[in-house]
Amino acid sequence: MKPELEQLAESICAKYDYDAVNLLPILQEIQSHSARNYICEEMARIIAQKLDITESRVYDVITYFSALSSEPRGEIIIQICNSTTCNVNNNRDLIHWFEEELGINVGETTPDNKFTLIFTHCFGACDVSPAVRIDHDVYGMLTREKVKELIAAKRGVVV
Amino acid sequence: MKTVLLTIEKKVTLTIDNETVKVPEGTTVLEAAKIAGIHIPTLCYLKDINKAGACRICLVEANGSLQASCVLPVSEGMVVKTNTPLIRQMRKHILALILANHNSSCPTCIRNNNCELQTLAKELNLREEIFEREYSRHIDDFSPSVVRDDSKCINCGRCVNVCNDVQTVGVLGFVHRSDRTKVAPVYDKSLAELSCINCGQCIVNCPVGALREKDNTDLVWEALADETKHVVVQTAPAVRAALGEEFGLPMGTSVTGKMVAALRRLGFDKVFDTDFAADVTIMEEGTELLDRLNNGGVLPLITSCSPGWIKFCEHKFPELIPHLSSCKSPQNMMGALLKSHYAKMNGLDPKDIVVVSVMPCTAKKFEVQREELEVDGIRDVDISITTRELARMIKEARIEFNRLEDEAFDDFYGDSTGAAVIFGATGGVMEAAIRTVADILTGQDIEEVNYEAVRGVEGIKEAEIQITPELKIKVAVVHGGANVKALMERVLSGEAQYHFIEVMACPGGCVNGGGQPIVPDKVKMETDVRAERAKALYYEDSAILPRRKSHKNPSVQKLYREFLEEPNSSLAHKLLHTTYVNRQ
Amino acid sequence: MKQVHFITELFDKYDGRSLQAYLNVGGFASLQKTIEIGSEAVLTEIDASGLQGRGGAAYPTGKKLRQAQAEKAARKFVVCNADEGEPGTFKDRELLKCNIYQVIEGMVIAGICTQSQEGIIYVREEYTNMHDEIRNAIAECYSHNYLGKNILGSPYNFDLKLFSGAGSYVCGEGFAMCESMEGKSGRPRSKPPYVKQEGFLNLPTLVINTETLSTIVSIIKHGADSFRRYGTEESPGTKLISISGKVNRPGVYEIPFGLTIREIINDLAGGIRNGKKGHFVQIGGASGGILPEWLWDTPYTYEDLAKAGLSVGSGAIVVADEDNSLLDYLKVVQDFFSHESCGKCTPCREGNRQLRFIFERITDGTVTVADYDRLEIVLDVMGKASLCGSGKTEVVPFRTAQRYFPELFLTKESLEAKKAVV
Repeated sequence: MKPELEQLAESICAKYDYDAVNLLPILQEIQSHSARNYICEEMARIIAQKLDITESRVYDVITYFSALSSEPRGEIIIQICNSTTCNVNNNRDLIHWFEEELGINVGETTPDNKFTLIFTHCFGACDVSPAVRIDHDVYGMLTREKVKELIAAKRGVVV
Repeated sequence: MKTVLLTIEKKVTLTIDNETVKVPEGTTVLEAAKIAGIHIPTLCYLKDINKAGACRICLVEANGSLQASCVLPVSEGMVVKTNTPLIRQMRKHILALILANHNSSCPTCIRNNNCELQTLAKELNLREEIFEREYSRHIDDFSPSVVRDDSKCINCGRCVNVCNDVQTVGVLGFVHRSDRTKVAPVYDKSLAELSCINCGQCIVNCPVGALREKDNTDLVWEALADETKHVVVQTAPAVRAALGEEFGLPMGTSVTGKMVAALRRLGFDKVFDTDFAADVTIMEEGTELLDRLNNGGVLPLITSCSPGWIKFCEHKFPELIPHLSSCKSPQNMMGALLKSHYAKMNGLDPKDIVVVSVMPCTAKKFEVQREELEVDGIRDVDISITTRELARMIKEARIEFNRLEDEAFDDFYGDSTGAAVIFGATGGVMEAAIRTVADILTGQDIEEVNYEAVRGVEGIKEAEIQITPELKIKVAVVHGGANVKALMERVLSGEAQYHFIEVMACPGGCVNGGGQPIVPDKVKMETDVRAERAKALYYEDSAILPRRKSHKNPSVQKLYREFLEEPNSSLAHKLLHTTYVNRQ
Repeated sequence: MKQVHFITELFDKYDGRSLQAYLNVGGFASLQKTIEIGSEAVLTEIDASGLQGRGGAAYPTGKKLRQAQAEKAARKFVVCNADEGEPGTFKDRELLKCNIYQVIEGMVIAGICTQSQEGIIYVREEYTNMHDEIRNAIAECYSHNYLGKNILGSPYNFDLKLFSGAGSYVCGEGFAMCESMEGKSGRPRSKPPYVKQEGFLNLPTLVINTETLSTIVSIIKHGADSFRRYGTEESPGTKLISISGKVNRPGVYEIPFGLTIREIINDLAGGIRNGKKGHFVQIGGASGGILPEWLWDTPYTYEDLAKAGLSVGSGAIVVADEDNSLLDYLKVVQDFFSHESCGKCTPCREGNRQLRFIFERITDGTVTVADYDRLEIVLDVMGKASLCGSGKTEVVPFRTAQRYFPELFLTKESLEAKKAVV
């Protein structure tokens, strides 16, 4: 057992009284400490033990909810809305711009593990559609140029 | 403490297909219909195990709306219809949707003719495949015990509930959502890599062929065909209580004689009884218990016959390992003795002996592969097959099982007692041990040997037994993972204090093991499989076998006299005892 | 009277992050009043208003609160449903952002009326960027005794906390929401028993929409009559709508029931962009119906939409113009469900799998007569036999599309006729 995983799980589970009812916030908080935005198998096992629930329940919850992941992802998650409004507003260009700028297809992670680009369903930004969500922040009314700037800023590059 | 509440059961009156039915409040429409003689079809529902209302096959019209009857409680004046054109059509279409996600390779499927989905298609008169088929191609066959064929899984969730709620093992679960929803082991690993205890309860509760035992029959046929090998077979007690079901005999029929006859016809050189080793187990474990009681050893002593329980303990309760009896299971004691004592007596090279075991259990397949279970580089047992595999071999060999004349086990290693045969039911090991320990401590041949307190299907049984005027021992008998977990937590916390605990991983013990014949859901709705099969064993104990105490087995006595010297001797330790691994 | 400000009265009138600012504009007056006049008087007022639940089911709110009140248990919960997941809907976002204190006020009132002492605001994960402000607002209310023990010196106690969803549309359904709050995947349980009887932790739970709560506060403040000044007999009051798509001014608007779709599009949302012609709207979310342009004079009321085979649903209106293909649109809707359905029951799980195949073939042009037969069967089974409302209502967009655009899915006959001609 990796001691750092054990320590993290211990501090977070303790905060939630080791009560399995709090599995969602526990998993979300634990994932937020992962550089790769995911919960590994060992961590899932440790959590199951601490909360006295089965590992399969932990894995079920991780795979069921789209904000949680059982597989490593990029440091920054870019979610392109692919729901009705954004489709009506022709999000194809937007998808293409992000793919071009990141050099990957939707569903992939950049080789430097910096970005993961995925489709998501409506996150309630239809008034600025087509929209993307980068980690917790929403961006709409995007142009080719803005996408370029946005990615550069996230890369820490000034253009 | 049990409190008996005197309540007047409230009754509810409803109409089902124009029949008026009066049932207790809280009854489901499915159960009420059954009382009215109407069998509503079900698929995901399984009595005491799964009640999800998810597959929707059991839909009925209740007060005009479509509802899943397996989860719908009755209400006063409810009008239920179970057989309208709409319901018949819905059922067919739902079934067609399920079939579209199922690999219907029926003729070559292990569950051909014993598949609930197949039966349903026939009963619902579904005559065409409506939808495009898409199913997974993934098969996990890395486990020595359980094979998972995802292509056949219909997401009913029975295995998930058994694995999580009944057994609290928790390696199988639902994952993902929508049409990606599937049943999968944790992190999509192989069951072999996880804390699966190989109990096989998922197999016996699967309606289709998505879960099955790792088939070892080819290995057995190969050994039987090898003329350089001396192939001996041993059969566990619970096998005789259930094998007959595979040949259409009523549940609870003991088929010991026919089974022995069939095994001879299959070509085994000797047909032995694991019960012999069960008697030896009592000698060894009983002595171990007395030793721990007298010399301040670690208590409670916990039995070690169930390989599912052993792995459960190693994963979840490694701190209890010192409590485990160091005795090998009867299967492996038998193997070790056959390859030492038996080999010597018959001038055989142990390397030429192939020991095949027929077990009600899939975890035994894992057990025979455990590193520790060998003596001087020679494996105790070579091949372990389940009751179901034996039935398939008998059928493949075209033996007419039901017409076989009863035959007896071969001498010496076929000798056993009533104490040994009840090992197959929960409480049996405990009862057998008490019968022997009581005699030893009192120096008498106690006549009353029925210890009813440890019998029956109750999850956790406790008893205090006054063995001598000075010694009262406190025992517990537990079966089924969830009960085991609950009891062990109490033992660890010090809340429960016992001298001796019998543990079986499977609910009901070996009679309901993961290697036993698969009972259709309809039968399970009406019958307690555990109790029915156990009856066969208690009948053999009380009415058939001449001796009912392990230490009275003359061959066992002879084995000690001429070979092992005494229980827990150094030779006994070398051959019959083992160690465990912390898997946490 | 196009846009009105009954619920949204205080929008932009105060700094939504400040409790003091809320108090300055008369905030928590409804709570004071509730404490003074008691729950029965409040419930009578709500009954009189004719308010229907704004989550989509349109169940009379007064009745719902009375049922919750009637449940007897040591612990009872009020859950504010802010898991706004229907595509095209963002009105709760505005309520949480501009007027969170009113939502909290509504929660406390609901707690008092139903004798529940524990409240949870279930906010979708997608609104994580608002979570901290909501938590701050709750903390502010605690420190000024609008939450906690003996609220404002009354005998009433009410605790409140935020619960974050983790990304699941189905968790907007009451039981799925309870499951997720219990640390499980959001798969609905079957009914009965109902959420109001055995919900969160198997205890009585009132799940109530964010907008409904906000409306309750305004009704108590201004009286049922002033609410009923708006709307129609069967659809009293006002409604927040989220309008988006090919319109000039997408956004959230509060409207009196009874405006026509066309009025909403043209007069509030500034008409279709770039002078294009309208094609269709989808009303009420992913499981909402499709209404063609030629029916846009339909009044936006429960009763008129029902006649057209639609419902108000979440209050979303997604507008498509002549450049948007309805088939493409429906494929996106189907894809949404293929991603968001929970997968528990056969009709919805396997139905969506089959719908996905059919739409793939419609799109790539390989669709056959048999596919349309299958489409009929799938929609029939899903609509009638699914476990929860999500599966049952998923068929609505497809059914309404069939109804108003019969040429869209070539029928068996026409396809055969076409073949015969060839």
